[in-house]
Amino acid sequence: MKVNDIHEKLMAEFGDAVGPLTEPKIDPFAVVKGDRIVDISRFLKTTLGIELDHCNVISGVDWPKRNVIEVVYHLFSYRHRHGIVLKVEADRAKPVVPSVEGVWKTANWMERECYDLLGVEFTGHPDLRRILLPDDWEGYPLRKDYQEHGGYHGISNERENPLVELRRLDEKRKAERPPAAPAPQAAPPAPSTPVAPATPAKA
Amino acid sequence: MERLILRRVGKPEDEMLINFGPQHPSTHGVLNFLVETDGEVMKRAVPEIGYLHRALEKIGEAVSYPGFMPYTDRIDYVAAMFANEGYAIAVEKLLKLEVPPRAQWLRAISCELCRIASHLVAVGAMASDIGASTPLVHALRERETLNDLIEALCGARLTYNYHRIGGVAYDMPTGWRDRVLKYLDHFDTYIQEFDRLISFNAIYVKRLANVAVISKAAAIDYGLVGPNLRGSGMDWDVRRDAPYGAYPSFNFEVPVGRGFQGTIGDAYDRYFVRMLEMAQSSRITRQALETMPEGETMAKVPRKIKPEAGEALSRVESARGEMAYYVISDGTDKAYRVRARTGSFTAMSIIEDISPGLMVADLIALIASFDVVAPEIDR
Amino acid sequence: MPVNYSPPPKSTPKVIVAVTLAAAAGIPFLFLGLVLLLTPVLKPATIDGLLSNAGIDPSWRTPAYVAALFVLALLMMNYGAIFSGVITWWERRVAGRIQSRIGPNRAGFGGFFIFIADAVKMLLKEDLVPADADALLFRAAPYFVVTGFALTFVVLPFGHSLVVTDLNVGVFYVTSVTALVVVGILISGWASNSKWALFGGVRAAAQVISYEIPAGVSIFVPIAMAGTLSMQGIIRAQGGLPWEWFVFRNPAALIAFFVLFTSQLAEANRTPFDLPEAESELVAGYLSEYSGFRFALFFLVEWGNIWVLSAIVTTLFLGGWQIPFVSAEYIDGLRGAGVLPSLAWWGWNAVSMAVFTAKTIALCNLVIWLRWTLPRVRVDQMMGLCWKYLVPAAFACFVFTLFWELAVSVAPRIELVSGVGFTVIAVVLAVLFARRVHQNIQAVQGEKIDLSNW
Repeated sequence: MKVNDIHEKLMAEFGDAVGPLTEPKIDPFAVVKGDRIVDISRFLKTTLGIELDHCNVISGVDWPKRNVIEVVYHLFSYRHRHGIVLKVEADRAKPVVPSVEGVWKTANWMERECYDLLGVEFTGHPDLRRILLPDDWEGYPLRKDYQEHGGYHGISNERENPLVELRRLDEKRKAERPPAAPAPQAAPPAPSTPVAPATPAKA
Repeated sequence: MERLILRRVGKPEDEMLINFGPQHPSTHGVLNFLVETDGEVMKRAVPEIGYLHRALEKIGEAVSYPGFMPYTDRIDYVAAMFANEGYAIAVEKLLKLEVPPRAQWLRAISCELCRIASHLVAVGAMASDIGASTPLVHALRERETLNDLIEALCGARLTYNYHRIGGVAYDMPTGWRDRVLKYLDHFDTYIQEFDRLISFNAIYVKRLANVAVISKAAAIDYGLVGPNLRGSGMDWDVRRDAPYGAYPSFNFEVPVGRGFQGTIGDAYDRYFVRMLEMAQSSRITRQALETMPEGETMAKVPRKIKPEAGEALSRVESARGEMAYYVISDGTDKAYRVRARTGSFTAMSIIEDISPGLMVADLIALIASFDVVAPEIDR
Repeated sequence: MPVNYSPPPKSTPKVIVAVTLAAAAGIPFLFLGLVLLLTPVLKPATIDGLLSNAGIDPSWRTPAYVAALFVLALLMMNYGAIFSGVITWWERRVAGRIQSRIGPNRAGFGGFFIFIADAVKMLLKEDLVPADADALLFRAAPYFVVTGFALTFVVLPFGHSLVVTDLNVGVFYVTSVTALVVVGILISGWASNSKWALFGGVRAAAQVISYEIPAGVSIFVPIAMAGTLSMQGIIRAQGGLPWEWFVFRNPAALIAFFVLFTSQLAEANRTPFDLPEAESELVAGYLSEYSGFRFALFFLVEWGNIWVLSAIVTTLFLGGWQIPFVSAEYIDGLRGAGVLPSLAWWGWNAVSMAVFTAKTIALCNLVIWLRWTLPRVRVDQMMGLCWKYLVPAAFACFVFTLFWELAVSVAPRIELVSGVGFTVIAVVLAVLFARRVHQNIQAVQGEKIDLSNW
């Protein structure tokens, strides 16, 4: 079954909860209404002939310009070898999306990751807590406007520009190095004004 | 600070809560399992991940498209070739780029060699976790030779950075083909030696057969991929069923768990599927070397890679199963979003649900049979 | 700044080779020689004789006995410790060979002095006691373990007359003092106040106590065949030739031999029964919190126990020190009437010691070989093996042996028939095995078998 056919079936079942399929530039997708995502998922998984049993990946994407956070579901069927990409848009200020954990178990951790890194709240998720970051981490790093805060429990995540440090080391080494052996033909006085002979002094 | 997880696990008087990690000999990296045990039997093992989280997806948004390629190596440093390949394919999809055939063949060869190397670590480490230390050393010895071959190809032994957007970095050096063929001749007999060494050892079979059985339905539901999925009896391989690159031209079999020594989907099936896959990888490499086309190894790629706005998903069959890259472009020279879906992450998610009733030693067998690599879980 | 390691020498300097070879030959010979010389000389009867010969007042007898005991105790402790060290070296070389790597090769020729280097390293390390540990018990546990190990040397018969004391309950003495080791391990597991250590300690207790039963029952078989509990008595009831050994003289004894060997492996916490310290499961089990010399003591016992278990199995089933074609009574007769025995007696004693040591080393090799080949069993499988298979098998062997001995008293010929039959089978199996090994090596290496990288 082609993507268009799956999409048509979805349209027929859920009407205006399912948006139009984008033009197939690379991977077409359809935006669906967030509050119907669980029904749509269950429909896609259980309907004979569609059976999208493999929830490949659930990812979150932050779009500050459109003021939405997208949750993208890449679904696939092992039996029929077809798939569809669904997107749910959530308000950026308070992103809430129903959890599809009850449909695909693998959504459990993927939604947790999405919550962890983008702050999308999945209602109905049995165990929604941070997964990659520590429980007391502040902020959602994958949001576009995320600002690193100075550190975590006293562990600084800021450091000087390494190039500055390297230059300082360089100068220190130069200062420690004994002055280049005076050229024999050079005049003995005036050591403070290196005449810069043909040999490069600062190799 | 009361940790959420501790509240959740609880701590009745007659049970022991063990922190299985983050430093532990058999967690294959930095992982932590909160194990609730009643004596030797586990009530539950809750994985705690994130110790190796390096925000690679965030980095992907900050560097240019080719600049992210070395970072992909770090997603899975045991089988870095696939992480390279997946990302390259995703960006090529965005660019609508055709990769020259020779480059595709080289990709297949490098990936299959890398798969053998990765599976050698997997089966060796598994034997070591079960208590036999010799197979690991033998497997690592073979992997050294493979690393030498890959080093001759791309100059690196671990983080290859070999695949490029539009092709591969280097053509194969002169004489390399014969070296690989000679090694594969040795390797095909070596697999039998390894089988004799450990695969059919009675204690080993007893430790793995019928342990941590995952049904086909559960494996699909939890999104297990690759050898873990095939070990559960699901006949699916991205290389064959959703082909990419040069794979449609090769003739190979996909080993599937059949309950080799016990139930379908037990730890032994996951182990033995890997053993069989190594032989198939060797077969694919031979075919690729024989049918290698002439030509360029790089497509014409603009100096500054700026795909038009859009999004693409690439799926490759990594050593740890299907690896998917979801790349969104907004028309600039940096990706808007890079998402890597890895096999280890989903494999970890099933552990909490199948751990009750297993013994502590079985947890080791379970982790080892999933062949999880901590950086791939955490990214 | 790159660190410049001095390049390894192309070949080992001759001095180091000489010193190592001297030590490798000298250390065992020194200790075996001391055992050979001192154990007969320091017997009370000999001391009495020497004192009266020298005309010393008999009131010096007691101090002389005490001094003799101290000398023997020192000798046995060092014998156990040094041989355990040599076995660690041997194990690591064998492991290297099995795993196609080199193994220790720096300290001395072939790395022979690695055990001394290890001991020095361990001595210099900080002796840590965890803050929440039970400090007293934590410190005491290694001594329990070492005591249990060292006491076994009292009754081990090294040769014809070379035994510290031939207790008339020797076998039971051994099984009871080795149980001290598990007390130490349990204490260490509990006192460490670590969950891994506790796991290891409890596993060790469950394992060792369970396997005491098949071990104890299978020991009844040689006891029933010899009619004595004395270690020397059991050896004297056997002979020097394979069909005179207990292991072949009785079909049940053959099974009992395997039961005892397996149980002893489990009691010594060796692979495949190394669950108490299973490094991939329990980090290091009961050893987790130990460091420095206390850690070294545990390891000394672990490797020393290989020697002890091999020696016990050799004694009970493999004819001990019995020399082929030379009867024990013949050596007895050579002793002569003097205070000190005759030279020929010493010579045959040395030969008997060599026989005993060779058999023990062969068994040690087997133990090491098993460790680097087999995976570890799971705890329930370990228990199942013990209670479902080994204990019933041991009891069956014992009962069968009783009937067998009745049959032997009627028809003495059956012992010889069984002995010769099993010997022939064993030889055939050994030949087949050697041919198989040869084929396997040839498959990998071709015609020329290369042993140069030893």
